[in-house]
Amino acid sequence: MKNIKIKIDNIEVIVPEGTTILEAAKKVNINIPHLCYHPDQAIKANCRLCVVDVSGSRKLTAACSSFVYEGMEVHTNTKKVRDMQKGILELILANHDQDCLKCLRNGNCELQALCQRFNISKTNLVDTVDALPLDDTNPSLIRDSAKCVKCNRCVDACQKVQEVHVLTHSHRSVHYNITPAYEMPLEQTFCVFCGQCAAVCPVGAIVEKDDTAKVWDAIYDPKKHVIVQVAPAVRVALGDAFNLPKGTIVTGKMVAALRRLGFDKIFDTNFTADLTIMEEGNELIQRLTKGGTLPMITSCSPGWINFIEGRYDHLLAHLSSCKSPQQMFGALSKSYYPEMAGMDPKNVYTVSIMPCTAKKYEAQRPEMMTNGVAEVDAVLTTRELARMIQSAGIDFVALEEDQFDNPFGIGTGAGAIFGATGGVMEAALRTAYEVITGKGLPSLNFTEVRGLSGIKESIVLIDDMELKVAVAHGLGNAKILLKQIEKGESPYAFIEIMACPGGCIGGGGQPIKSTRDVKEKRIEAIYKIDEDLPLRKSHKNPDILKLYDNYLGEPLGHKSHQLLHTHYHSRGMKYNFSELPNHK
Amino acid sequence: MQRLEGVRQMNSTKTESFGILTRELAQEIDKTINHYRSNSTKLVGILLDIQDIIPKQYIPREVAAYVSEKMNIPLSKIYDVISFYAALSDVPRADYVIQLCDSVVCKVTGNTTLRDTISQLLGIKEQESTPDGKYWLEYTPCFGACDISPAMRINGKVFGHLTTQDSVKAVLDQYR
Repeated sequence: MKNIKIKIDNIEVIVPEGTTILEAAKKVNINIPHLCYHPDQAIKANCRLCVVDVSGSRKLTAACSSFVYEGMEVHTNTKKVRDMQKGILELILANHDQDCLKCLRNGNCELQALCQRFNISKTNLVDTVDALPLDDTNPSLIRDSAKCVKCNRCVDACQKVQEVHVLTHSHRSVHYNITPAYEMPLEQTFCVFCGQCAAVCPVGAIVEKDDTAKVWDAIYDPKKHVIVQVAPAVRVALGDAFNLPKGTIVTGKMVAALRRLGFDKIFDTNFTADLTIMEEGNELIQRLTKGGTLPMITSCSPGWINFIEGRYDHLLAHLSSCKSPQQMFGALSKSYYPEMAGMDPKNVYTVSIMPCTAKKYEAQRPEMMTNGVAEVDAVLTTRELARMIQSAGIDFVALEEDQFDNPFGIGTGAGAIFGATGGVMEAALRTAYEVITGKGLPSLNFTEVRGLSGIKESIVLIDDMELKVAVAHGLGNAKILLKQIEKGESPYAFIEIMACPGGCIGGGGQPIKSTRDVKEKRIEAIYKIDEDLPLRKSHKNPDILKLYDNYLGEPLGHKSHQLLHTHYHSRGMKYNFSELPNHK
Repeated sequence: MQRLEGVRQMNSTKTESFGILTRELAQEIDKTINHYRSNSTKLVGILLDIQDIIPKQYIPREVAAYVSEKMNIPLSKIYDVISFYAALSDVPRADYVIQLCDSVVCKVTGNTTLRDTISQLLGIKEQESTPDGKYWLEYTPCFGACDISPAMRINGKVFGHLTTQDSVKAVLDQYR
């Protein structure tokens, strides 16, 4: 590709053809203000904040959507440019609920940062915020159109990345808005609560439902024994909130922080990830050997479950009946754990820290009950945990490393890689191979299922059986595999699907600004954790073996079925057009 | 800050499911879609034709969902189109939809008298329907009747030279 030489604010920069002014400016550390631009998304050019002066052009030019050409001279800091940018900001602000102190994104808001940069504290325009009713009736997400800046990033995430097509722009002019069709509340749409919209929102218009107050109350309640589990993907992302380099592994500090917050026991979801592999791996073996619906599809990702239960409910037989690691942990925390400790399950309060907003929805499913109580009482996203740590005044970076507690403290490398796309597949193959063949694996790494390409596939030889498997992340990619199954053309025996791009490390509850580069670093970190662990196969986890010996019996046994498996069912969201009434 | 609860009647959640979409209507919709060969670029025309055969002249959610399924277009896209065009409505209007031209020409020739007369006679303002669901009043972009302005359109039929209260009343009398 041809290189092009341009000048930005009199600084020479050479970039490949097809680079935008905004990206070229970044190369020489000039940060042109922007709101609708997102590095992982298509060019939208609707906020107009990134306008710059291009010599020879009559009008100002949007830097995010204009490509460089040879000899281009750009000025980003002239009076005309700054006045225009300031004017646009003031207009946006006049149509934005300015109750910043009450906003979850206070201090982490792109609009706030821009106003600070342009020294705008209050617009002198008359505020007119016409807003749709607040949508806060679902357990996962809150949408507040009074804060929406109409940048369309959430629409891009919902339509192009996830292909869920719930959010759209609607109406015109002053009534222009971002909303589901017919302004329905999210839980009455096909929304899967993956939270990818919240993860790309520059302001506080879409945020996770904050459950930190609930958790503080439980911690301060002397009658409650509050235990917490932490998902594999949290430990490689939490550091972002404390300005550590992206992809830093903060497992020890995270456990220490949780202890300081006052949790009675700190456990690892990696343990029940291992347990999931024992159950799911054996379910796969059973379906392969005794006949069952194939391909079998994983059921760990609640965003994915919401998707198939909503739109593809005719394919539910393909789902593994396993609960997700979060719910397996929850079930044990209200059965095995209180029995061992001689406690009443009602006094155990189970919190999970998840990279995911859909986990909040999953925890509230009515069937997720054990011994008459909810398996998981509260779900916090990585962002909420970071807020709790900050609120407690803990100096996270300076913390001494700590370790998980027993009996759910040991997780293997197989459990750890659940956090990355392809991880569940790899973990399951490690176990399935050794259980079926009785032989050790020649190499533990199934590198074909790793990485960020949309759909990955691999062929594994188990004895003389050729097992074709596939991995998809992002619901748009999942759709492709589902269409194959619909047509009866799916060549696979086992499919892993994660709702979010990159898997859980790219979840909708992770720290804001989880761009593709950041996701790559987190994936690297996850596999580093796996490499460094002495135990890397779920069926070799000594505590898992003990759990089966002492309590569960065997994988897929009676007790397992009762506690660790569930039935997935249609969400009943579709109109049934085959039963229309006749005209009266 | 103002929340638009009830102010802007855009939300159709109160629309009863299957209250409108009957087997017969579905067949009519199928015919329309087939007539346009299920061409998604003809969506506006398809929706306009469908709106014409639905009582109260609007596209209820279940009908939009039906079109979405038949034409394999996401419901949110269909809603985007319905909400974008003034000629399409997502809320029930009325048996007779009265559209006032809000172009400059009609303004100059005095369409305020026209509006006030209708408001007075029917007791409704813009974007409102009479309690019996018979009349709905709305402004619409210019429909090209400048030569006979001020003009209005009722269910697609154009009436002009409406400068006096009597002339307006005479037209409305045709739509009892």
